[in-house]
Amino acid sequence: MADVTVGIVVFPGSNCDHDTEYAVASFPGAKPVMLWHNDHDLKGCDAVILPGGFSYGDYLRCGSIARFSPLMREVIDFAGKGRPVLGICNGFQVLVECGLLEGALIRNAGRKFVSRQTTISVANNTTIFTDRYEKGEVLRVPVAHGEGNYIASPETIESLESNGQVAFRYTDAGGNATEEANFNGSMNNIAGIVNRQGNVLGLMPHPERASEALLGSEDGRRLFESLFAHLGGA
Amino acid sequence: MAFKAKIKVTLRPSILDVQGKAAQHALENLGYSSVESIRIGKYMEVTIDEASQAEAERVCSEICQKLLSNPIMEDFSFELEPVN
Repeated sequence: MADVTVGIVVFPGSNCDHDTEYAVASFPGAKPVMLWHNDHDLKGCDAVILPGGFSYGDYLRCGSIARFSPLMREVIDFAGKGRPVLGICNGFQVLVECGLLEGALIRNAGRKFVSRQTTISVANNTTIFTDRYEKGEVLRVPVAHGEGNYIASPETIESLESNGQVAFRYTDAGGNATEEANFNGSMNNIAGIVNRQGNVLGLMPHPERASEALLGSEDGRRLFESLFAHLGGA
Repeated sequence: MAFKAKIKVTLRPSILDVQGKAAQHALENLGYSSVESIRIGKYMEVTIDEASQAEAERVCSEICQKLLSNPIMEDFSFELEPVN
């Protein structure tokens, strides 16, 4: 089995970079490599992860400054070649700011920063990030964000839905996309989307924090497994 | 020649402004029942060194579109004046 090298981008203010490194390293055959935002080199990695945190202190808008890091030019180029890029939480915010994903993430409708376990459902299990899940499967994955309210124009929402670009939705434990389960007010309960080509995923919940039983859930593991299997690894 | 740009970035009318809502709610508690709504935006002052006013306006508009605002959720406007 070939080794999969996973680049984890470290911005000033990233704080889930080492959690992500720990989760990636727990898969046999997967090797995490930390990538400093000021570098120009992706060090030959097979996939890139933009971790959670508060890059550049969330100045101006979440993710807006990180987008112009020298390394992000390489990441945008990498994604343009169809290579996989995963953005978690703040990483999702960076992906929408740099235009690799559509829409925007604004302050949670309930005004509060929400840090807790949530349930999400797999809306599309045919992407390279989700094909080890069942369609409609309910996962327990934690969130921790103040600005995760996903918005986009009605036309964008319609095209995301009709192209199957919605990967995950906030749902109740029964898999119903209720208003109550949609704690941050996201349009159509959207928790994560892929780009049109399907090689870029952004999501607000933290799969790396649901990667071993000790953390309360292992439901995030198959996201990494799906991706690594596609890259010829585990 | 230096110009000072006074830039305002505001949330688009269709975007929920929870910060404004919270401030409005606080004013309600203070007894200001006539305050109907608050929308909170950003004000920025940028000094731009360009040969002409037209050129400075072009740069200002460009930086607003590229970085200082997010056109998906925000609008921007600015005034530009020469600095002595």
